[in-house]
Amino acid sequence: MSFPWAEQYTPKHPVMQWVDEKLPLPRLVYNAVGAGYPVPRNLNYFWNFGVLAGLALVIQIVTGVVMAMHYGANDLVAFGTVEQTMRDVNAGWLMRYAHANGASFFFIVVYLHIFRGLYFGSYKAPREMVWLLGLVIFLLMMATAFMGYVLPWGQMSYWGAKVITGLFGAIPVVGEPIQTWLLGGFAPGNASLNRFFSLHFLLPFVIAGVIILHIWALHIPGSSNPTGVEVKGPQDTVPFHPYYTAKDGFGAGVFLIAFSILLFFAPNFLGHPDNYIEANPLSTPAHIVPEWYFWPFYAILRAFTVDFFFIPAKLLGVLAMFASILLLFFLPWLDTSPVRSGRYRPTFRKFWWILLGDVAVLGYCGGAPAAEPFVMISQIAAAYYFAHFLIILPLIARFEKPLPLPGSITESVLAKYGKTDGEAAAVPAE
Amino acid sequence: MASVEQIDGTGPSGEDGVRRRDFINIAAVSFAGVGAVAVVLPLVDQMNPSADVLALASTEVDLSAIQPGQAIKTTFRSQPLFVRQLTPKEIAEADKVDPSTLRDPQTLEERTVDGKKQWLVTMGVCTHLGCVPLGAGEGENRGEFGGYFCPCHGSSYDTAARIRKGPAPKNLEVPKYSFTSDTAILVG
Repeated sequence: MSFPWAEQYTPKHPVMQWVDEKLPLPRLVYNAVGAGYPVPRNLNYFWNFGVLAGLALVIQIVTGVVMAMHYGANDLVAFGTVEQTMRDVNAGWLMRYAHANGASFFFIVVYLHIFRGLYFGSYKAPREMVWLLGLVIFLLMMATAFMGYVLPWGQMSYWGAKVITGLFGAIPVVGEPIQTWLLGGFAPGNASLNRFFSLHFLLPFVIAGVIILHIWALHIPGSSNPTGVEVKGPQDTVPFHPYYTAKDGFGAGVFLIAFSILLFFAPNFLGHPDNYIEANPLSTPAHIVPEWYFWPFYAILRAFTVDFFFIPAKLLGVLAMFASILLLFFLPWLDTSPVRSGRYRPTFRKFWWILLGDVAVLGYCGGAPAAEPFVMISQIAAAYYFAHFLIILPLIARFEKPLPLPGSITESVLAKYGKTDGEAAAVPAE
Repeated sequence: MASVEQIDGTGPSGEDGVRRRDFINIAAVSFAGVGAVAVVLPLVDQMNPSADVLALASTEVDLSAIQPGQAIKTTFRSQPLFVRQLTPKEIAEADKVDPSTLRDPQTLEERTVDGKKQWLVTMGVCTHLGCVPLGAGEGENRGEFGGYFCPCHGSSYDTAARIRKGPAPKNLEVPKYSFTSDTAILVG
């Protein structure tokens, strides 16, 4: 699926012609991420993060498969084999630090990718399916990251597993059987560790599969762009290769520099010292926190401290935490404004920044101890989070007066850069 | 297939109007469905605790070394178990509370064995999300109600290990146990 002016794949070498007849895989790649995919000419650097997320997944799969070669998924030896990987295996420390920090970078680029989509209205018709599949990937990532964090069998691993599976215990009647079923016991143990290892190995490949669907769904309408105005003709697009392969290559370079700085100079900055203590079912660490990328959701979980309408606080917290993500599945139908891009939506844009700040506050509270004033701040911030999507967005869509949209992508580019012949396809944000 | 369907669409039907093909179709798909369910059951059930995990050992605890005001931490079914000997002051504090004001109303009598009110035996598993509360060890934070305090999300339990503050919905669970002598209990 593509625009009619897309460049055609015409293999010249007889071998490639032979391959194209039997299995047109090179043709598929050419049309998906090659010169055969026309892309709006005005994408800014915020459009790099999809490719960067793909790069992060590749890093995770490569380092993860290597780690699995040196890991023993048994509660008696798991902690030791991870330490052995760090100390004895050649370059084992590099693989493990790259894997642990790679997970953080995966979430960093995915969060930027999501907030890009929120700002530029990428979730709106006709790209709802792209957004929904992206959320599925996000959920799979969270499950994978959680199970991966259990594998080193340190204190945070053990207690993280206990607390997170305890969430299911909050469900009335069926909760405890579900928790026992998930763990394969009454507390995290060898059975839990083994199944988490199995699923932690499987899920990244499921993610890769959903990414293919995500890209497939994206390529049906084609990529969105910072103006939110749809492509009108050949003058609005450039071929993905070489224009965006080059631009993504530059982004990948910046990404890898930032990744290397953390990896080589502060590899434990985002970790918890408690996880270098072997799991001990009789002693809870003084301050259990999940990895930073779960903090906003953890803050919502802990925001409920009193029962409400006969629903126990514990269940309310669990419901709110799951609802905070499930809510995003309804976003394309909550924001009914026909204007996509935040650039032309002055009121929406302000509230986007407030939402960003709100999620940052939730993140901070999620990492802080469960005490005042953080509990009250998370209650306010959690309430605002839900209000943003359920009340504010629909109201803005109704009352906001958007700024005039440019007639076309080309018009907006030329208005900004004068009448060159459009070489300035890469416009930095704002 | 299409041509066969057209022929059969108006073709012979049984006395009650059911075509032979419809019957075979429903029967075959139903049987395949039953087969699929039969395969899913063991696939789901293998996740449940295995026989060795379920082999429930009961635990005997020697109380002779526990002085009033002291508590010990041991394990029962691979989870922490708290055994505490309450001081008369702690018993009085627990009795002074009107149970109807509690989130999970229970008196100290209901949570202990008849005539052994000073022995409080509970699971060391916070009823919120399963952390081990502090307070059994010497010098640990016992929270503002003098019982146990869960560091994870701030649940406070009183001297009868009843939930008083924080997100936990229930009192610390009292497992089934009995006194085998004046200074020993059998849990489970």
